[in-house]
Amino acid sequence: MNKLLEIRDLHAVVDGKEILKGINLDVNAGETHAIMGPNGAGKSTLSAVLAGRENFIVTRGEVWFKGKNLLEMPAENRAREGLFLSFQYPVEIPGVSTVNFLKTAINEHRKYSGKPPYPPGEFLKMIREKMEWVGIDSKLLNRSLNEGFSGGEKKKNEIFQMAVLEPVLAILDETDSGLDIDALRVVANGVNRLKGPGNAVIVITHYQRLLDHVVPDVVHVLHDGRVVKTAGKELAIELEKKGYDWIKQQSPGEN
Amino acid sequence: MSTEQINSDLSAIFREARKPLRVNSNELLDRHREEAFLHFIASGIPEKTEEYAHADLLPAFDRDYHLMLRPPRLKVNPDALFTCNVPGLDTRVRFTVNGWTARVDEPLELPGGVVICSLPTAAERYPGLLELHYNHHAGKRDTLASLNTAFAQDGIFINVPDGVNMDKPLQIVNLMQGNNNNVMSFQRNLAIIGKGATATILACDHTLSDNAFLSNSVTEIALSENASLDYYQVQNQHVEASRINAIFVTQERASRLDANTITLYGGFTRNNLIVALAGEGSECNLHGMYLSDKKQRVDNFTSIEHAAPGCRSNELFKGVLDDSAVADFTGRVIVRPGARKTEAYQANHNLLLSDEARVNTRPQLIIDADDVKCSHGATVGQLDDEAMFYLRSRGISEAEARLMMMFGFAHEIVGRIRLEPLREQIDNLVDKRLRGELTKCYNCVRHCKKTS
Repeated sequence: MNKLLEIRDLHAVVDGKEILKGINLDVNAGETHAIMGPNGAGKSTLSAVLAGRENFIVTRGEVWFKGKNLLEMPAENRAREGLFLSFQYPVEIPGVSTVNFLKTAINEHRKYSGKPPYPPGEFLKMIREKMEWVGIDSKLLNRSLNEGFSGGEKKKNEIFQMAVLEPVLAILDETDSGLDIDALRVVANGVNRLKGPGNAVIVITHYQRLLDHVVPDVVHVLHDGRVVKTAGKELAIELEKKGYDWIKQQSPGEN
Repeated sequence: MSTEQINSDLSAIFREARKPLRVNSNELLDRHREEAFLHFIASGIPEKTEEYAHADLLPAFDRDYHLMLRPPRLKVNPDALFTCNVPGLDTRVRFTVNGWTARVDEPLELPGGVVICSLPTAAERYPGLLELHYNHHAGKRDTLASLNTAFAQDGIFINVPDGVNMDKPLQIVNLMQGNNNNVMSFQRNLAIIGKGATATILACDHTLSDNAFLSNSVTEIALSENASLDYYQVQNQHVEASRINAIFVTQERASRLDANTITLYGGFTRNNLIVALAGEGSECNLHGMYLSDKKQRVDNFTSIEHAAPGCRSNELFKGVLDDSAVADFTGRVIVRPGARKTEAYQANHNLLLSDEARVNTRPQLIIDADDVKCSHGATVGQLDDEAMFYLRSRGISEAEARLMMMFGFAHEIVGRIRLEPLREQIDNLVDKRLRGELTKCYNCVRHCKKTS
């Protein structure tokens, strides 16, 4: 099997507090994983550490991405290697248009892999095609990135960026939160179109509902900085029924 | 040299120049000289005054400058036109060199009866208009403007008759060029926009040689009832250039002014934007942007007087400062008694990229009327870490992410430029400026030697 991501005994500290306390996780190409868990379990910390956020300090463990040491790479190189994080709270950047941002990003990816810049005509064609995937308005292209976007538009914009950058590994950090049913379907559709034998998706979520559309191969439950349970998609349904207390009782944390 | 010494030198220069000033000018301009000089010399070069609280004018004045009292024989370098060429923007271009207007082959009167000519020509042909407007708007409001009035001989005059929409924007290209001398200039412009008339003026300031320059220019603008003016000024000079640039505007009933002041490069820059909202329901929008690094100083002083009811003013100035650059912003708003239903909003936002860069920002609201809405806000900050990470997480390098964010910050001002080709050109210039390319390659001989 083609191993994309290997996380070994990952510990991380934020503001002096240990949040990740020994995560072990393997993701193979072609797989969809769901990471679930109660608030404060460390789900978002895990995604931030993987994406390379600098104020999250790794104190122990290692992460291998496509056989390369992920933790040694700056955030931009992780992205250029094919890691994509869909932000839980996408940032508004006034004065930077979505289209310029995407063009810069994709050309930096291409430069990294020794390719020439995207020919402008083809770039716009590709952009239009990907916009249809997620059903966003073309007016959005010339607007400042995320500025004044509704919550749903921001999340759709994340999926749109993902569709454009075609990552090897996409991590969706609570992309479903705050979405109505229609937007949820759009997001799911975008993710499902990305999925292929060569790449993988990690869906971080509290709820089962996105997993009805993006069906996971593996479900992990995170609690108190550790993966406490790993099973098939039926685990998500069980969690939906029983809640997280059931897990907490099985594996009491330090808190 | 001390300020006293410079003031007395200026007195000596003025005494000696009296005769040549008259020979190469017009009686209508001469009328104001003596009184203006007295006004200037009574207090001299401003030092730590309320209006010039942080401006250190001494270094700008403390040099040997050559003052050209007669029209220069300098030929306009065609490259100069190229440097301020705005692709896709069709304008009527007029040049000045060291404050003197260059000749053009266009007729005096243009479509719609619009007149664009030199100030002395206007004084000769339209004395009535000059008697009404010349030094009426600047008056004795500012000592440095009075110094200009004392020495002013030439500049651009424009008159747009009532009800006329000017067919093309007027582009004024102000060039500073010295052969072996540092040059001082006192350009004087006058724009009269008639009732219900509309016009667009773009003024670009450049330096063409490596000499030190001091330009102390004044532009008076009269906006009649329902007149509408878009005024853009773009400065791209070198670090040895000192520029004092005063704009005095009087707005009659229901007139509108949009003024955009963009300082891309210069050594010392002082912009005085003095607006009198004299007629009911008039509106002015003052926008500005400055990008400064090294030891540059940019000082924007704005004063908006709400003298009539129901007027609106809006100010937004934004700056990016690096190295040991210093910027000043003053936003003075005066609401006179009886100016009810005044709306005056003001903001100044700054990005500091180094520990040494500094900003002094001062809102000054003087409100003597009831039923007014005024607000002011100022920020001084660094690039947002969250946004930096967001951009980097998409594969954008740290350096490029910084540039994008600075560009985005500046774009809030540039985005307000109505002329699309100009907006694109300024965006392009800002991008080049932020990448450090403007000083290296753009205007190459003029900038590169002086910027290291």
